[in-house]
Amino acid sequence: MDLGLDLGPHASFIWAAYGVVTVVIGAMIAWLILDGREQERRLADFAARGVKRRSASRA
Amino acid sequence: MQQGYLLASAGLPVVHLRFSAQPLRSFSMTQTLTQRLANPTRFMELSASVLPWVAGAAALVIGYGLYLSFFVAPPDYLQGETARIMFIHVPCAWLSMAVYAIIAMSSFGLLVFRHPLADVSAKAAVPLGAAFTFLALVTGSLWGRPTWGTYWVWDARLTSVLILFFLYLGLMALRSSIEDEALASKLTAILALVGIVMLPIIKFSVNFGNTLHQPASVIRAGGPTIDTALLVPLLVMAVGFTLMFVAMHLKAMRNEIMRRRVKALQLAEVERAQASQLAAAE
Amino acid sequence: MSAFLALLSRDLRLAVRQGGALGTALGFYMLVVTLLPLGLGADLNLLSRIAPGVLWIALLLAALLSLGRVFSSDYEDGTLDVLATGRLPMELVVGAKALAHWISTGIPLALMAPVLGLLLNLELSAYPLLFGTMLAGTPAISFIGAVGAALTLRAYRGGLLIALLVLPLYVPTLIFGMAAINGLLGASGTMSAFLILIALSLASVVLCPLAAAAALRLQMQ
Repeated sequence: MDLGLDLGPHASFIWAAYGVVTVVIGAMIAWLILDGREQERRLADFAARGVKRRSASRA
Repeated sequence: MQQGYLLASAGLPVVHLRFSAQPLRSFSMTQTLTQRLANPTRFMELSASVLPWVAGAAALVIGYGLYLSFFVAPPDYLQGETARIMFIHVPCAWLSMAVYAIIAMSSFGLLVFRHPLADVSAKAAVPLGAAFTFLALVTGSLWGRPTWGTYWVWDARLTSVLILFFLYLGLMALRSSIEDEALASKLTAILALVGIVMLPIIKFSVNFGNTLHQPASVIRAGGPTIDTALLVPLLVMAVGFTLMFVAMHLKAMRNEIMRRRVKALQLAEVERAQASQLAAAE
Repeated sequence: MSAFLALLSRDLRLAVRQGGALGTALGFYMLVVTLLPLGLGADLNLLSRIAPGVLWIALLLAALLSLGRVFSSDYEDGTLDVLATGRLPMELVVGAKALAHWISTGIPLALMAPVLGLLLNLELSAYPLLFGTMLAGTPAISFIGAVGAALTLRAYRGGLLIALLVLPLYVPTLIFGMAAINGLLGASGTMSAFLILIALSLASVVLCPLAAAAALRLQMQ
Protein backbone atom coordinates (compact mmCIF):
# COMPACT_ATOMS: atom_id res chain seq x y z
CA MET A 1 0.00 0.00 0.00
CA ASP A 2 1.92 3.03 -1.14
CA LEU A 3 -0.29 6.05 -1.05
CA GLY A 4 2.32 8.28 0.44
CA LEU A 5 0.90 7.31 3.82
CA ASP A 6 2.85 6.08 6.77
CA LEU A 7 0.35 4.56 9.15
CA GLY A 8 2.84 3.46 11.73
CA PRO A 9 3.45 0.02 13.20
CA HIS A 10 -0.20 -1.02 13.15
CA ALA A 11 -0.89 -0.17 9.50
CA SER A 12 -2.07 -3.70 8.76
CA PHE A 13 -4.89 -3.39 11.28
CA ILE A 14 -6.03 -0.11 9.77
CA TRP A 15 -5.96 -1.50 6.25
CA ALA A 16 -7.74 -4.66 7.40
CA ALA A 17 -10.52 -2.62 9.02
CA TYR A 18 -11.04 -0.43 5.97
CA GLY A 19 -10.76 -3.49 3.74
CA VAL A 20 -13.45 -5.44 5.57
CA VAL A 21 -15.80 -2.46 5.48
CA THR A 22 -15.19 -2.00 1.76
CA VAL A 23 -15.75 -5.66 0.97
CA VAL A 24 -18.93 -6.05 3.02
CA ILE A 25 -20.52 -2.80 1.87
CA GLY A 26 -19.44 -3.49 -1.71
CA ALA A 27 -21.04 -6.91 -1.53
CA MET A 28 -24.27 -5.44 -0.19
CA ILE A 29 -24.42 -2.80 -2.92
CA ALA A 30 -23.68 -5.39 -5.60
CA TRP A 31 -26.41 -7.66 -4.23
CA LEU A 32 -28.91 -4.79 -4.16
CA ILE A 33 -28.16 -3.82 -7.76
CA LEU A 34 -28.19 -7.39 -9.10
CA ASP A 35 -31.35 -8.25 -7.19
CA GLY A 36 -33.04 -5.12 -8.52
CA ARG A 37 -32.06 -6.02 -12.09
CA GLU A 38 -33.39 -9.54 -11.64
CA GLN A 39 -36.77 -8.30 -10.39
CA GLU A 40 -36.98 -5.71 -13.18
CA ARG A 41 -36.20 -8.40 -15.73
CA ARG A 42 -38.96 -10.65 -14.40
CA LEU A 43 -41.47 -7.78 -14.37
CA ALA A 44 -40.54 -6.91 -17.96
CA ASP A 45 -40.92 -10.57 -18.86
CA PHE A 46 -44.46 -10.61 -17.49
CA ALA A 47 -45.27 -7.37 -19.28
CA ALA A 48 -43.99 -8.81 -22.56
CA ARG A 49 -46.23 -11.84 -22.15
CA GLY A 50 -49.19 -9.60 -21.43
CA VAL A 51 -49.84 -10.83 -17.88
CA LYS A 52 -51.42 -8.00 -15.92
CA ARG A 53 -52.10 -7.38 -12.31
CA ARG A 54 -55.79 -6.77 -11.66
CA SER A 55 -55.12 -3.38 -10.17
CA ALA A 56 -53.60 -2.33 -13.48
CA SER A 57 -57.00 -2.63 -15.12
CA ARG A 58 -58.57 -0.66 -12.28
CA ALA A 59 -56.26 2.28 -12.64
CA MET B 1 -59.33 -14.91 -0.63
CA GLN B 2 -60.62 -12.73 -3.42
CA GLN B 3 -60.06 -9.55 -1.47
CA GLY B 4 -56.70 -10.71 -0.22
CA TYR B 5 -55.75 -11.43 -3.78
CA LEU B 6 -56.77 -7.97 -4.91
CA LEU B 7 -54.46 -6.39 -2.41
CA ALA B 8 -51.66 -8.77 -3.20
CA SER B 9 -51.98 -7.83 -6.81
CA ALA B 10 -51.55 -4.19 -5.93
CA GLY B 11 -48.12 -5.08 -4.66
CA LEU B 12 -49.23 -4.94 -1.06
CA PRO B 13 -48.73 -7.70 1.41
CA VAL B 14 -51.85 -9.79 1.81
CA VAL B 15 -51.81 -9.06 5.52
CA HIS B 16 -54.04 -6.08 5.54
CA LEU B 17 -57.42 -7.56 4.94
CA ARG B 18 -56.85 -10.96 6.36
CA PHE B 19 -56.05 -9.55 9.76
CA SER B 20 -58.60 -6.77 9.79
CA ALA B 21 -60.61 -8.72 12.36
CA GLN B 22 -59.58 -6.24 15.05
CA PRO B 23 -60.20 -2.90 13.36
CA LEU B 24 -58.55 0.18 14.74
CA ARG B 25 -60.72 3.04 15.86
CA SER B 26 -58.74 5.62 13.94
CA PHE B 27 -58.52 3.35 10.94
CA SER B 28 -60.37 5.48 8.41
CA MET B 29 -58.40 8.56 9.37
CA THR B 30 -54.99 6.95 9.14
CA GLN B 31 -56.05 5.15 6.02
CA THR B 32 -56.48 8.31 3.98
CA LEU B 33 -53.23 9.73 5.31
CA THR B 34 -51.20 6.60 4.73
CA GLN B 35 -52.75 6.04 1.35
CA ARG B 36 -51.58 9.42 0.26
CA LEU B 37 -48.08 8.98 1.66
CA ALA B 38 -47.49 5.31 1.31
CA ASN B 39 -49.06 4.06 -1.85
CA PRO B 40 -46.40 1.66 -3.20
CA THR B 41 -46.79 2.99 -6.72
CA ARG B 42 -46.25 6.52 -5.46
CA PHE B 43 -43.29 5.29 -3.45
CA MET B 44 -41.73 3.67 -6.51
CA GLU B 45 -42.02 6.91 -8.48
CA LEU B 46 -40.72 9.06 -5.65
CA SER B 47 -37.84 6.77 -4.70
CA ALA B 48 -36.78 6.42 -8.33
CA SER B 49 -36.24 10.15 -8.57
CA VAL B 50 -34.67 10.55 -5.11
CA LEU B 51 -32.39 7.50 -5.07
CA PRO B 52 -29.68 8.71 -7.51
CA TRP B 53 -29.33 11.98 -5.61
CA VAL B 54 -29.01 10.30 -2.22
CA ALA B 55 -26.56 7.73 -3.56
CA GLY B 56 -24.50 10.44 -5.26
CA ALA B 57 -24.47 12.58 -2.14
CA ALA B 58 -23.42 9.57 -0.06
CA ALA B 59 -20.52 8.81 -2.42
CA LEU B 60 -19.35 12.44 -2.38
CA VAL B 61 -19.56 12.83 1.39
CA ILE B 62 -17.85 9.50 2.08
CA GLY B 63 -15.13 10.37 -0.45
CA TYR B 64 -14.54 13.68 1.27
CA GLY B 65 -14.65 11.97 4.65
CA LEU B 66 -12.03 9.42 3.57
CA TYR B 67 -9.81 12.22 2.32
CA LEU B 68 -10.18 14.03 5.65
CA SER B 69 -9.58 10.94 7.74
CA PHE B 70 -6.42 9.83 5.93
CA PHE B 71 -4.77 13.06 4.83
CA VAL B 72 -6.06 15.82 7.09
CA ALA B 73 -6.79 14.32 10.50
CA PRO B 74 -3.64 14.20 12.65
CA PRO B 75 -2.73 10.97 14.40
CA ASP B 76 -4.24 10.77 17.86
CA TYR B 77 -1.69 11.70 20.49
CA LEU B 78 -2.51 8.64 22.59
CA GLN B 79 -3.28 5.95 20.05
CA GLY B 80 -1.36 7.20 17.05
CA GLU B 81 -2.51 6.16 13.59
CA THR B 82 -4.82 3.38 14.79
CA ALA B 83 -7.37 6.01 15.81
CA ARG B 84 -8.15 6.28 12.09
CA ILE B 85 -10.20 3.09 12.44
CA MET B 86 -12.59 5.20 14.49
CA PHE B 87 -13.76 7.00 11.35
CA ILE B 88 -15.41 3.86 10.02
CA HIS B 89 -16.04 2.10 13.30
CA VAL B 90 -18.19 4.78 14.91
CA PRO B 91 -20.50 5.30 11.88
CA CYS B 92 -21.09 1.53 11.69
CA ALA B 93 -21.84 1.37 15.41
CA TRP B 94 -24.20 4.34 15.13
CA LEU B 95 -26.02 2.73 12.20
CA SER B 96 -26.28 -0.61 14.00
CA MET B 97 -28.45 1.07 16.61
CA ALA B 98 -30.26 3.54 14.35
CA VAL B 99 -31.30 0.77 11.97
CA TYR B 100 -32.77 -1.26 14.82
CA ALA B 101 -34.77 1.80 15.83
CA ILE B 102 -36.06 2.08 12.26
CA ILE B 103 -37.02 -1.59 12.27
CA ALA B 104 -38.86 -1.16 15.55
CA MET B 105 -40.74 1.89 14.26
CA SER B 106 -41.66 0.09 11.05
CA SER B 107 -42.84 -2.91 13.06
CA PHE B 108 -45.00 -0.63 15.16
CA GLY B 109 -46.36 0.92 11.97
CA LEU B 110 -47.21 -2.52 10.62
CA LEU B 111 -48.89 -3.86 13.76
CA VAL B 112 -50.79 -0.75 14.80
CA PHE B 113 -51.44 1.30 11.68
CA ARG B 114 -51.11 -1.47 9.05
CA HIS B 115 -49.00 0.92 7.06
CA PRO B 116 -48.59 -0.70 3.62
CA LEU B 117 -44.90 0.11 3.38
CA ALA B 118 -43.99 -0.59 7.00
CA ASP B 119 -43.32 -4.27 6.49
CA VAL B 120 -41.37 -3.61 3.30
CA SER B 121 -39.25 -1.14 5.26
CA ALA B 122 -38.66 -3.51 8.18
CA LYS B 123 -37.82 -6.48 5.98
CA ALA B 124 -35.41 -4.43 3.85
CA ALA B 125 -33.63 -2.90 6.85
CA VAL B 126 -32.84 -6.10 8.80
CA PRO B 127 -29.98 -7.50 6.66
CA LEU B 128 -28.51 -4.01 6.29
CA GLY B 129 -28.59 -3.49 10.05
CA ALA B 130 -27.03 -6.89 10.63
CA ALA B 131 -24.23 -6.07 8.20
CA PHE B 132 -23.45 -2.74 9.89
CA THR B 133 -23.50 -4.40 13.31
CA PHE B 134 -21.10 -7.04 12.02
CA LEU B 135 -18.82 -4.31 10.66
CA ALA B 136 -18.95 -2.42 13.95
CA LEU B 137 -17.84 -5.60 15.75
CA VAL B 138 -15.07 -6.45 13.30
CA THR B 139 -13.63 -2.95 13.05
CA GLY B 140 -13.90 -2.59 16.82
CA SER B 141 -11.97 -5.77 17.34
CA LEU B 142 -9.32 -4.73 14.80
CA TRP B 143 -9.05 -1.45 16.67
CA GLY B 144 -8.89 -3.22 20.01
CA ARG B 145 -5.97 -5.47 19.16
CA PRO B 146 -3.35 -2.67 18.81
CA THR B 147 -4.83 -0.47 21.56
CA TRP B 148 -5.95 -2.97 24.20
CA GLY B 149 -3.67 -5.80 23.16
CA THR B 150 -6.57 -8.17 22.51
CA TYR B 151 -9.19 -8.67 19.83
CA TRP B 152 -12.03 -8.96 22.26
CA VAL B 153 -12.82 -7.83 25.77
CA TRP B 154 -16.09 -8.38 27.59
CA ASP B 155 -16.58 -4.68 27.83
CA ALA B 156 -20.15 -3.54 28.35
CA ARG B 157 -20.36 -1.76 25.04
CA LEU B 158 -18.91 -4.63 23.01
CA THR B 159 -21.12 -7.17 24.70
CA SER B 160 -24.30 -5.25 24.07
CA VAL B 161 -23.44 -4.75 20.40
CA LEU B 162 -22.78 -8.48 20.12
CA ILE B 163 -26.20 -9.22 21.59
CA LEU B 164 -27.73 -6.69 19.22
CA PHE B 165 -26.17 -8.72 16.41
CA PHE B 166 -27.87 -11.85 17.76
CA LEU B 167 -31.19 -10.01 17.83
CA TYR B 168 -30.74 -9.17 14.14
CA LEU B 169 -29.95 -12.82 13.41
CA GLY B 170 -33.09 -13.83 15.30
CA LEU B 171 -35.23 -11.47 13.19
CA MET B 172 -33.83 -12.96 9.98
CA ALA B 173 -34.14 -16.54 11.20
CA LEU B 174 -37.75 -16.13 12.34
CA ARG B 175 -38.86 -14.51 9.10
CA SER B 176 -37.18 -17.14 6.98
CA SER B 177 -38.65 -20.09 8.85
CA ILE B 178 -42.35 -19.24 8.55
CA GLU B 179 -43.87 -20.10 5.22
CA ASP B 180 -46.86 -17.74 5.25
CA GLU B 181 -45.21 -14.41 4.42
CA ALA B 182 -47.92 -12.22 5.89
CA LEU B 183 -47.77 -14.12 9.16
CA ALA B 184 -43.97 -14.05 9.15
CA SER B 185 -44.07 -10.25 8.81
CA LYS B 186 -46.35 -9.80 11.79
CA LEU B 187 -44.52 -12.26 14.05
CA THR B 188 -41.16 -10.73 13.16
CA ALA B 189 -42.63 -7.32 13.99
CA ILE B 190 -43.64 -8.60 17.43
CA LEU B 191 -40.13 -9.96 17.97
CA ALA B 192 -38.62 -6.62 16.91
CA LEU B 193 -40.79 -4.77 19.45
CA VAL B 194 -39.90 -7.27 22.19
CA GLY B 195 -36.27 -6.65 21.26
CA ILE B 196 -36.54 -2.88 21.50
CA VAL B 197 -38.08 -3.21 24.97
CA MET B 198 -35.36 -5.64 26.05
CA LEU B 199 -32.39 -3.73 24.60
CA PRO B 200 -32.17 -1.06 27.32
CA ILE B 201 -32.52 -3.80 29.97
CA ILE B 202 -29.78 -5.84 28.32
CA LYS B 203 -27.59 -2.75 28.13
CA PHE B 204 -28.28 -1.97 31.78
CA SER B 205 -27.58 -5.54 32.88
CA VAL B 206 -24.34 -5.73 30.93
CA ASN B 207 -23.17 -2.47 32.51
CA PHE B 208 -24.17 -3.74 35.92
CA GLY B 209 -22.42 -7.07 35.48
CA ASN B 210 -19.29 -5.36 34.26
CA THR B 211 -18.87 -3.02 37.16
CA LEU B 212 -18.93 -6.13 39.33
CA HIS B 213 -16.69 -8.46 37.37
CA GLN B 214 -14.25 -6.33 35.45
CA PRO B 215 -11.36 -4.36 36.83
CA ALA B 216 -11.10 -0.85 35.48
CA SER B 217 -8.87 -1.91 32.62
CA VAL B 218 -11.15 -0.98 29.78
CA ILE B 219 -12.82 2.19 30.87
CA ARG B 220 -10.83 4.10 28.35
CA ALA B 221 -13.49 3.89 25.60
CA GLY B 222 -13.79 7.37 24.13
CA GLY B 223 -10.88 8.51 26.24
CA PRO B 224 -10.43 12.21 26.70
CA THR B 225 -12.84 14.43 24.82
CA ILE B 226 -12.26 14.23 21.10
CA ASP B 227 -10.29 16.98 19.46
CA THR B 228 -12.09 18.91 16.71
CA ALA B 229 -9.42 17.85 14.24
CA LEU B 230 -10.68 14.29 14.73
CA LEU B 231 -14.30 15.17 15.32
CA VAL B 232 -14.89 16.86 11.96
CA PRO B 233 -13.83 13.87 9.82
CA LEU B 234 -15.81 11.61 12.12
CA LEU B 235 -18.98 13.65 11.66
CA VAL B 236 -18.47 13.82 7.91
CA MET B 237 -18.09 10.04 7.77
CA ALA B 238 -21.14 9.54 9.97
CA VAL B 239 -23.25 11.72 7.68
CA GLY B 240 -21.88 9.90 4.64
CA PHE B 241 -22.61 6.45 6.07
CA THR B 242 -26.11 7.54 7.05
CA LEU B 243 -26.79 8.80 3.54
CA MET B 244 -25.42 5.56 2.17
CA PHE B 245 -27.73 3.57 4.42
CA VAL B 246 -30.72 5.67 3.29
CA ALA B 247 -29.84 4.95 -0.34
CA MET B 248 -29.38 1.23 0.34
CA HIS B 249 -32.62 1.05 2.30
CA LEU B 250 -34.56 2.78 -0.49
CA LYS B 251 -33.07 0.41 -3.05
CA ALA B 252 -33.81 -2.65 -0.90
CA MET B 253 -37.41 -1.46 -0.44
CA ARG B 254 -37.79 -0.98 -4.19
CA ASN B 255 -36.48 -4.49 -4.78
CA GLU B 256 -38.86 -5.91 -2.21
CA ILE B 257 -41.88 -4.15 -3.76
CA MET B 258 -40.89 -5.47 -7.18
CA ARG B 259 -40.43 -8.96 -5.74
CA ARG B 260 -43.96 -8.83 -4.34
CA ARG B 261 -45.33 -7.66 -7.68
CA VAL B 262 -43.59 -10.53 -9.44
CA LYS B 263 -45.13 -12.92 -6.94
CA ALA B 264 -48.59 -11.44 -7.49
CA LEU B 265 -48.16 -11.76 -11.25
CA GLN B 266 -47.11 -15.39 -10.92
CA LEU B 267 -50.23 -16.02 -8.87
CA ALA B 268 -52.39 -14.28 -11.46
CA GLU B 269 -50.85 -16.37 -14.21
CA VAL B 270 -51.39 -19.64 -12.37
CA GLU B 271 -54.96 -18.72 -11.60
CA ARG B 272 -55.66 -17.83 -15.20
CA ALA B 273 -54.15 -21.10 -16.39
CA GLN B 274 -56.30 -23.04 -13.94
CA ALA B 275 -59.42 -21.18 -15.09
CA SER B 276 -58.73 -21.93 -18.74
CA GLN B 277 -58.07 -25.59 -17.91
CA LEU B 278 -61.41 -25.77 -16.16
CA ALA B 279 -63.11 -24.13 -19.12
CA ALA B 280 -61.49 -26.61 -21.51
CA ALA B 281 -62.59 -29.55 -19.39
CA GLU B 282 -66.24 -28.56 -19.50
CA MET C 1 -60.24 -16.63 37.69
CA SER C 2 -61.68 -20.13 38.00
CA ALA C 3 -61.05 -20.72 34.30
CA PHE C 4 -57.46 -19.61 34.85
CA LEU C 5 -57.03 -22.02 37.75
CA ALA C 6 -58.69 -24.82 35.82
CA LEU C 7 -56.29 -24.35 32.93
CA LEU C 8 -53.34 -24.16 35.32
CA SER C 9 -54.28 -27.35 37.12
CA ARG C 10 -54.96 -29.12 33.81
CA ASP C 11 -51.49 -28.22 32.53
CA LEU C 12 -49.89 -29.27 35.81
CA ARG C 13 -51.73 -32.58 35.78
CA LEU C 14 -50.64 -33.16 32.19
CA ALA C 15 -47.06 -32.37 33.13
CA VAL C 16 -47.18 -34.86 35.98
CA ARG C 17 -48.89 -37.55 33.94
CA GLN C 18 -46.54 -37.29 30.99
CA GLY C 19 -43.47 -36.91 33.18
CA GLY C 20 -41.18 -37.27 30.20
CA ALA C 21 -40.58 -33.57 29.71
CA LEU C 22 -39.48 -32.92 33.27
CA GLY C 23 -37.36 -36.06 33.38
CA THR C 24 -35.63 -35.07 30.15
CA ALA C 25 -34.97 -31.56 31.38
CA LEU C 26 -33.56 -32.76 34.70
CA GLY C 27 -31.44 -35.39 32.98
CA PHE C 28 -30.13 -32.81 30.53
CA TYR C 29 -29.36 -30.43 33.38
CA MET C 30 -27.35 -33.13 35.16
CA LEU C 31 -25.48 -34.10 32.00
CA VAL C 32 -24.40 -30.57 31.14
CA VAL C 33 -23.13 -30.08 34.68
CA THR C 34 -21.31 -33.43 34.48
CA LEU C 35 -19.70 -32.64 31.14
CA LEU C 36 -18.27 -29.31 32.22
CA PRO C 37 -15.71 -30.63 34.75
CA LEU C 38 -14.71 -33.23 32.17
CA GLY C 39 -14.05 -30.42 29.69
CA LEU C 40 -12.55 -27.88 32.05
CA GLY C 41 -10.48 -30.21 34.20
CA ALA C 42 -11.32 -31.36 37.69
CA ASP C 43 -9.55 -28.60 39.62
CA LEU C 44 -11.78 -28.27 42.68
CA ASN C 45 -10.86 -24.65 43.35
CA LEU C 46 -11.70 -23.63 39.81
CA LEU C 47 -14.94 -25.61 39.92
CA SER C 48 -16.18 -24.09 43.15
CA ARG C 49 -15.41 -20.64 41.78
CA ILE C 50 -17.37 -21.11 38.56
CA ALA C 51 -20.07 -23.37 40.02
CA PRO C 52 -22.87 -20.76 40.29
CA GLY C 53 -22.35 -19.65 36.70
CA VAL C 54 -22.23 -23.21 35.41
CA LEU C 55 -25.42 -24.08 37.26
CA TRP C 56 -27.21 -20.98 35.96
CA ILE C 57 -26.22 -21.53 32.33
CA ALA C 58 -27.10 -25.22 32.46
CA LEU C 59 -30.45 -24.28 33.95
CA LEU C 60 -31.17 -21.86 31.09
CA LEU C 61 -30.40 -24.55 28.53
CA ALA C 62 -32.44 -27.19 30.33
CA ALA C 63 -35.46 -24.88 30.64
CA LEU C 64 -35.17 -24.08 26.93
CA LEU C 65 -35.52 -27.76 26.10
CA SER C 66 -39.02 -28.01 27.46
CA LEU C 67 -40.21 -24.62 26.21
CA GLY C 68 -41.05 -25.72 22.69
CA ARG C 69 -43.84 -27.90 24.07
CA VAL C 70 -45.60 -25.14 26.00
CA PHE C 71 -47.99 -24.38 23.15
CA SER C 72 -47.21 -26.81 20.35
CA SER C 73 -49.00 -29.92 21.64
CA ASP C 74 -52.12 -27.89 22.40
CA TYR C 75 -51.87 -26.27 19.00
CA GLU C 76 -51.61 -29.58 17.21
CA ASP C 77 -54.62 -31.23 18.85
CA GLY C 78 -56.81 -28.12 18.57
CA THR C 79 -57.01 -27.32 22.29
CA LEU C 80 -55.52 -23.91 21.64
CA ASP C 81 -58.31 -23.08 19.19
CA VAL C 82 -60.88 -23.96 21.83
CA LEU C 83 -59.05 -21.82 24.37
CA ALA C 84 -58.86 -18.95 21.89
CA THR C 85 -62.63 -18.93 21.46
CA GLY C 86 -63.28 -19.31 25.18
CA ARG C 87 -64.01 -16.65 27.76
CA LEU C 88 -60.51 -16.51 29.13
CA PRO C 89 -58.46 -13.79 27.38
CA MET C 90 -55.48 -15.11 25.47
CA GLU C 91 -53.13 -13.18 27.76
CA LEU C 92 -54.34 -15.20 30.73
CA VAL C 93 -54.14 -18.45 28.78
CA VAL C 94 -50.49 -17.65 28.13
CA GLY C 95 -50.06 -16.68 31.76
CA ALA C 96 -51.53 -19.97 33.00
CA LYS C 97 -49.39 -22.03 30.65
CA ALA C 98 -46.18 -20.16 31.48
CA LEU C 99 -46.96 -20.42 35.18
CA ALA C 100 -47.52 -24.16 34.79
CA HIS C 101 -44.17 -24.39 33.02
CA TRP C 102 -42.50 -22.54 35.88
CA ILE C 103 -44.05 -24.79 38.52
CA SER C 104 -43.46 -28.02 36.62
CA THR C 105 -39.99 -27.27 35.24
CA GLY C 106 -38.50 -24.10 36.74
CA ILE C 107 -38.94 -25.05 40.39
CA PRO C 108 -37.68 -28.66 40.00
CA LEU C 109 -34.63 -27.40 38.14
CA ALA C 110 -33.95 -24.83 40.86
CA LEU C 111 -34.37 -27.56 43.51
CA MET C 112 -31.91 -29.73 41.66
CA ALA C 113 -29.24 -27.03 41.49
CA PRO C 114 -27.89 -27.44 45.06
CA VAL C 115 -27.62 -31.20 44.52
CA LEU C 116 -25.57 -30.61 41.42
CA GLY C 117 -23.58 -28.05 43.40
CA LEU C 118 -22.10 -31.01 45.30
CA LEU C 119 -20.53 -32.22 42.07
CA LEU C 120 -18.93 -28.83 41.57
CA ASN C 121 -17.55 -28.44 45.09
CA LEU C 122 -19.82 -25.46 45.77
CA GLU C 123 -19.60 -24.12 49.31
CA LEU C 124 -22.49 -25.29 51.46
CA SER C 125 -23.18 -21.73 52.61
CA ALA C 126 -24.03 -20.75 49.06
CA TYR C 127 -26.86 -23.27 48.66
CA PRO C 128 -29.73 -21.22 50.04
CA LEU C 129 -28.57 -18.25 48.00
CA LEU C 130 -28.30 -20.29 44.84
CA PHE C 131 -31.73 -21.78 45.33
CA GLY C 132 -33.24 -18.41 46.26
CA THR C 133 -31.86 -16.55 43.27
CA MET C 134 -32.93 -19.33 40.93
CA LEU C 135 -36.41 -19.33 42.40
CA ALA C 136 -36.53 -15.57 41.81
CA GLY C 137 -35.12 -15.78 38.30
CA THR C 138 -36.88 -18.79 36.80
CA PRO C 139 -40.26 -17.04 36.32
CA ALA C 140 -38.53 -14.68 33.90
CA ILE C 141 -37.11 -17.70 32.09
CA SER C 142 -40.53 -19.33 31.72
CA PHE C 143 -42.38 -16.17 30.70
CA ILE C 144 -39.77 -14.83 28.27
CA GLY C 145 -39.53 -18.34 26.89
CA ALA C 146 -43.28 -18.41 26.35
CA VAL C 147 -42.89 -15.48 23.94
CA GLY C 148 -40.33 -17.46 21.98
CA ALA C 149 -42.56 -20.54 21.99
CA ALA C 150 -45.54 -18.50 20.77
CA LEU C 151 -43.53 -16.86 17.99
CA THR C 152 -42.16 -20.15 16.67
CA LEU C 153 -45.41 -22.09 16.88
CA ARG C 154 -45.79 -22.47 13.14
CA ALA C 155 -42.13 -22.20 12.21
CA TYR C 156 -40.23 -25.15 10.90
CA ARG C 157 -36.95 -25.99 12.70
CA GLY C 158 -38.70 -24.72 15.85
CA GLY C 159 -36.33 -26.05 18.50
CA LEU C 160 -33.14 -24.40 17.32
CA LEU C 161 -34.96 -21.25 16.35
CA ILE C 162 -36.41 -20.84 19.83
CA ALA C 163 -32.89 -20.96 21.28
CA LEU C 164 -31.66 -18.31 18.87
CA LEU C 165 -34.59 -16.00 19.65
CA VAL C 166 -34.76 -16.47 23.39
CA LEU C 167 -31.18 -16.88 24.62
CA PRO C 168 -30.20 -13.23 23.89
CA LEU C 169 -33.28 -12.16 25.83
CA TYR C 170 -32.11 -14.27 28.80
CA VAL C 171 -28.93 -12.21 29.17
CA PRO C 172 -30.31 -9.84 31.83
CA THR C 173 -31.74 -12.74 33.86
CA LEU C 174 -28.42 -14.55 33.76
CA ILE C 175 -26.37 -11.49 34.65
CA PHE C 176 -28.59 -10.39 37.51
CA GLY C 177 -28.89 -13.96 38.76
CA MET C 178 -25.11 -14.20 38.96
CA ALA C 179 -24.75 -10.69 40.33
CA ALA C 180 -27.33 -11.49 43.01
CA ILE C 181 -25.31 -14.49 44.21
CA ASN C 182 -22.04 -12.57 44.11
CA GLY C 183 -23.59 -9.57 45.80
CA LEU C 184 -25.08 -11.61 48.64
CA LEU C 185 -21.98 -13.79 49.06
CA GLY C 186 -19.60 -10.82 48.95
CA ALA C 187 -18.39 -8.95 51.97
CA SER C 188 -20.82 -6.11 51.44
CA GLY C 189 -23.80 -8.46 51.17
CA THR C 190 -25.65 -6.13 48.84
CA MET C 191 -29.23 -6.94 47.91
CA SER C 192 -29.59 -4.64 44.90
CA ALA C 193 -28.98 -7.23 42.19
CA PHE C 194 -31.36 -9.66 43.88
CA LEU C 195 -34.07 -7.02 43.98
CA ILE C 196 -33.50 -6.18 40.31
CA LEU C 197 -33.76 -9.89 39.50
CA ILE C 198 -37.14 -10.03 41.24
CA ALA C 199 -38.26 -6.90 39.39
CA LEU C 200 -37.19 -8.49 36.13
CA SER C 201 -39.25 -11.59 36.86
CA LEU C 202 -42.31 -9.59 37.86
CA ALA C 203 -42.06 -7.35 34.80
CA SER C 204 -41.79 -10.34 32.49
CA VAL C 205 -44.78 -11.98 34.18
CA VAL C 206 -46.81 -8.88 33.33
CA LEU C 207 -45.43 -7.96 29.90
CA CYS C 208 -44.53 -11.23 28.19
CA PRO C 209 -48.11 -12.58 28.05
CA LEU C 210 -49.08 -9.50 26.00
CA ALA C 211 -46.52 -10.26 23.29
CA ALA C 212 -47.10 -14.01 23.37
CA ALA C 213 -50.89 -13.61 23.19
CA ALA C 214 -50.59 -11.24 20.23
CA ALA C 215 -48.40 -13.79 18.45
CA LEU C 216 -50.79 -16.65 19.22
CA ARG C 217 -53.85 -14.72 18.05
CA LEU C 218 -52.20 -14.07 14.69
CA GLN C 219 -51.63 -17.78 14.24
CA MET C 220 -55.08 -18.89 15.35
CA GLN C 221 -56.88 -17.19 12.50
